[in-house]
Amino acid sequence: MIKFVLNRFLLSIPTLLAILTIVFLIARVIPGDPASVILGDSASQEALENLRHRLGLDQSLIQQYIQFITGVFRGNLGDSLVSGTSVMREVLNVLPYTIDLTIAGVLIGIVFGVPLGILTALYRNSFLDFIARILSLIGLSFPAFYSAILLIIVFSLQLGWFPVISSGNLLDPVQRLHHLILPACNLGLIMVAYVTRATRSSMLDVLREDYMRTAKAKGIPGMVILFRHALRNALIPIITVIGLYIGVLVGNSVLTEIVFNRPGLGKLIIGALNQRDYTMLQGLMVVYSIIIVITNLITDLTYGFSDPRVKYS
Amino acid sequence: MSNVSTRFWNPLFARLWFVFNRNRISWIGVVLLLILVSLAVLAPVISPYNPVEQHVMDQFRGPSAKYWLGTDEYGRDLFTRIVWGARISLTVGTVSVILGMIIGSILGMYAGYKGGVRDEFIMRVMDVFMSIPTLLMGLFVVAVLGPSTMNLIIAIALTVVPRFARIARAPTVSIKERDYIEACRAMGFSDLRIMLVHVLPNILGDIMVMGSLWVATAVRIEASLSFIGLGVPPPTPTWGGMVREGFEKMLDSPGASIYPGIFILLTVFAFNLIGDGLRDVIDPRLRES
Repeated sequence: MIKFVLNRFLLSIPTLLAILTIVFLIARVIPGDPASVILGDSASQEALENLRHRLGLDQSLIQQYIQFITGVFRGNLGDSLVSGTSVMREVLNVLPYTIDLTIAGVLIGIVFGVPLGILTALYRNSFLDFIARILSLIGLSFPAFYSAILLIIVFSLQLGWFPVISSGNLLDPVQRLHHLILPACNLGLIMVAYVTRATRSSMLDVLREDYMRTAKAKGIPGMVILFRHALRNALIPIITVIGLYIGVLVGNSVLTEIVFNRPGLGKLIIGALNQRDYTMLQGLMVVYSIIIVITNLITDLTYGFSDPRVKYS
Repeated sequence: MSNVSTRFWNPLFARLWFVFNRNRISWIGVVLLLILVSLAVLAPVISPYNPVEQHVMDQFRGPSAKYWLGTDEYGRDLFTRIVWGARISLTVGTVSVILGMIIGSILGMYAGYKGGVRDEFIMRVMDVFMSIPTLLMGLFVVAVLGPSTMNLIIAIALTVVPRFARIARAPTVSIKERDYIEACRAMGFSDLRIMLVHVLPNILGDIMVMGSLWVATAVRIEASLSFIGLGVPPPTPTWGGMVREGFEKMLDSPGASIYPGIFILLTVFAFNLIGDGLRDVIDPRLRES
């Protein structure tokens, strides 16, 4: 078991390296001289030289690359061009908010999506199935920023149930939860759509299997068949799909944080974009890459734990 | 050549028609899309105003006979801007997917046909690209290249390429082992000719179905990037940009963000409905029956 975990962990390092390389390369294709892009045309030669030195642009590409990679593995993402503070520190400051939001969103997605997916698979081609299919297609079609705006209009402006700006005090759990509900629902409702569809199709696959008929023929009660035989086998594709949609989740959390004006990685990205803070932007891409690789690793491990057939090798 | 194409097209269309018709509601998507496309094409004819024309006396008006969906903070007619915005969304959505489809299919076919180290390398790179979230990739690329229609298309195409490489590679690997490909090789046909004339028609159906699925995502990404401020720069009307402008002045008039958003939703929904109907076409389990 330990060998399995260690193995998967080691395997994810080359993936991380590859993603980091792509991030590095994209950041270097800025047309023209990044220093003059950042400082503008009127900058003095001296200021340009200074900035180039600060950015390490006076070194060769290989040197920059090595520095970048070693920096990442040491936990050093460079300093913000605008504020001068370390990117890592800014990220760590807001990371709890993003983690709160993402976990709450995934939980909502699973809690509502899995039962809904099971129901629609069991009552296939029924009216319920039809309605759920349309609703989940609408859910998939919702740009997260738009659903967030609609939620704010209805629940914050019209009904006044939730604050418009949702940061809250991290130390006060009640306030923290109160500020979290609306953004989490925004992320969660879209997730429900994905999870319902994934659960439905993977349940349908399992229900078609021969061993399901055998179980029924043996007279095992329906609920036991459903949970012990069907759901356990259907769970693996569901987990994979949730792992697959981490990309959608990350994108949606960025948009959600922007609309709710909630502190988090998404808001840092926007700040960096508006202020042309390239080091911050690059650092955030690195952080996201690490998050993706870790999620993939966790998906992989859960996959192994929930299915004894997956070889621990 | 014509022989090849008729032999290929007829069964594909028959299958498309059959499967698509089983999902009746997918036709709603087709109708919706036709309406949206005609709005975009006929924009100069049906829009009552110029999309950038400002009516300083008529800011934040609600829907009326004069302004069908009301006006924004500069007194610009929302309906006009939405209709013109449809052009950007649909163009960027389709062109980026087509571009990504062409590059991705070529890469996937090449990798699958050649096999070996080249296959391994191309597909590994594709996997890595695929693990970066679409929106972040688009955001990063546009941020680096600068916002413009062309850069937006490049950014979205880049996120689409690996999906098509994957879908083009898998069938290529099995097709290249077939006897008729062996025969072509024996006759001394070039690899390029074999790939274009004999492999491509076999995978074209899958690729095109996949394309319709990805336009939905591409439109959503374009809208999201425009919302963030990385879309086609103002004053050109884009749906995402309009939602953002309306959102900033939400207390004055919620309509300025609600109406353009409905159109984003409708467009993505239309493509998703169509894609959902077509998805069954590339589902191998259904193909055998």
